[in-house]
Amino acid sequence: MCDTCGCEGDSPVTYNKPNEEHSHDEKHEHTHEHPHHEHPHHHDHDDKHHSHDPKHEHGHSHGKEIKIEQSILTKNNSLAERNRGYFEAKNIFVLNLVSSPGSGKTSLLERTLKDIGQDLNFYVVEGDQQTMNDANRIAALKVPVIQINTGNGCHLDAEMVNKAVKQLNVANDAVLVIENVGNLVCPSLFDLGESKRVVVISVTEGDDKPIKYPTMFHSADICIINKIDLLPYVDFDVEKAKNYALSVNHHLKFFEVSVKTGEGMEAWYAWLKDVEQHK
Amino acid sequence: MHELSIATSIIEIAEEFAVKNKGANITKIEIEVGELSGIVVDSLEFALELAIEKTVLERAKIIITTIKGMARCKQCGNEYVNSDWHTACPQCASMDFDITGGKELQIKSIFIE
Repeated sequence: MCDTCGCEGDSPVTYNKPNEEHSHDEKHEHTHEHPHHEHPHHHDHDDKHHSHDPKHEHGHSHGKEIKIEQSILTKNNSLAERNRGYFEAKNIFVLNLVSSPGSGKTSLLERTLKDIGQDLNFYVVEGDQQTMNDANRIAALKVPVIQINTGNGCHLDAEMVNKAVKQLNVANDAVLVIENVGNLVCPSLFDLGESKRVVVISVTEGDDKPIKYPTMFHSADICIINKIDLLPYVDFDVEKAKNYALSVNHHLKFFEVSVKTGEGMEAWYAWLKDVEQHK
Repeated sequence: MHELSIATSIIEIAEEFAVKNKGANITKIEIEVGELSGIVVDSLEFALELAIEKTVLERAKIIITTIKGMARCKQCGNEYVNSDWHTACPQCASMDFDITGGKELQIKSIFIE
């Protein structure tokens, strides 16, 4: 079984560029990088913080205890930091675009590339379980793109991004947009080395999504509320959604947009063009 | 189902530990999972049960301890349980807080014979 996404070994992750016949199939390399560094143990060991497993048998000997205190996400986190260092050295601004399926991530990206593709040097990494569809949409706009197909995997991880970026050969001073697998749960745990995490929700979803999926909203920097042209027809309360989102993350910055009509997109573009300020 | 990838990461860390400790027999492993870590303990237990087969953890006792989500109010300094990211301070009703605990996702100890 794959150590990265938990998928079975017969479902390899693939990396493909549109219009290239060569399909670069490979399985995750099972590299083993787990530096056993000591890091401070932040939480205090007061009993009120712990609810012990009832099966825990106190006093029963299980041999010699060796303190590990190692984050289970160490491998991904250290690879993400390596990506981050690479991006910083090349002055690349990286966005990790996350949302549930169907909120309009790819459409948002398409419109952004059409409208300000001349002003910024965009590169795109697309993540989906299957198909080249999204990469083909981006390639049609003459923007360099690579598609990661995760097979059974429910999220992108730092290793996949590392491999994809090497193949994409991103130029210095570029803006790299990574469109994650449509999923509001799993991608929240996996740092990719991005500069900013952008979560997209649409008004056809429930306005309580931020508190139903708080981990994702807590980890994001930007929240884009899409499809606002549909507000007259749905029960979505924008203020309520924003307040819910702010209650899990009071640093969130919002953009209310309609990718379809273009309403609100100028503010998003202005933020993107001001890229130096966000690094 | 990212709990499965977390389970496989746990096994990987344990396998490496066993190699480094010259094939020591792992009898118990203690894992800490914070309420705000994004991991469902039941799913992790289920994933581990499947994944540990034929690994160094096959015979190990697995103890998963849940750590309460904690927040410190930035208005009045009160420290309180915040299990869902968005609980107001029970003392002053402020929503202005820092999360101080509950994001843990780590292997605490490994016991060997």
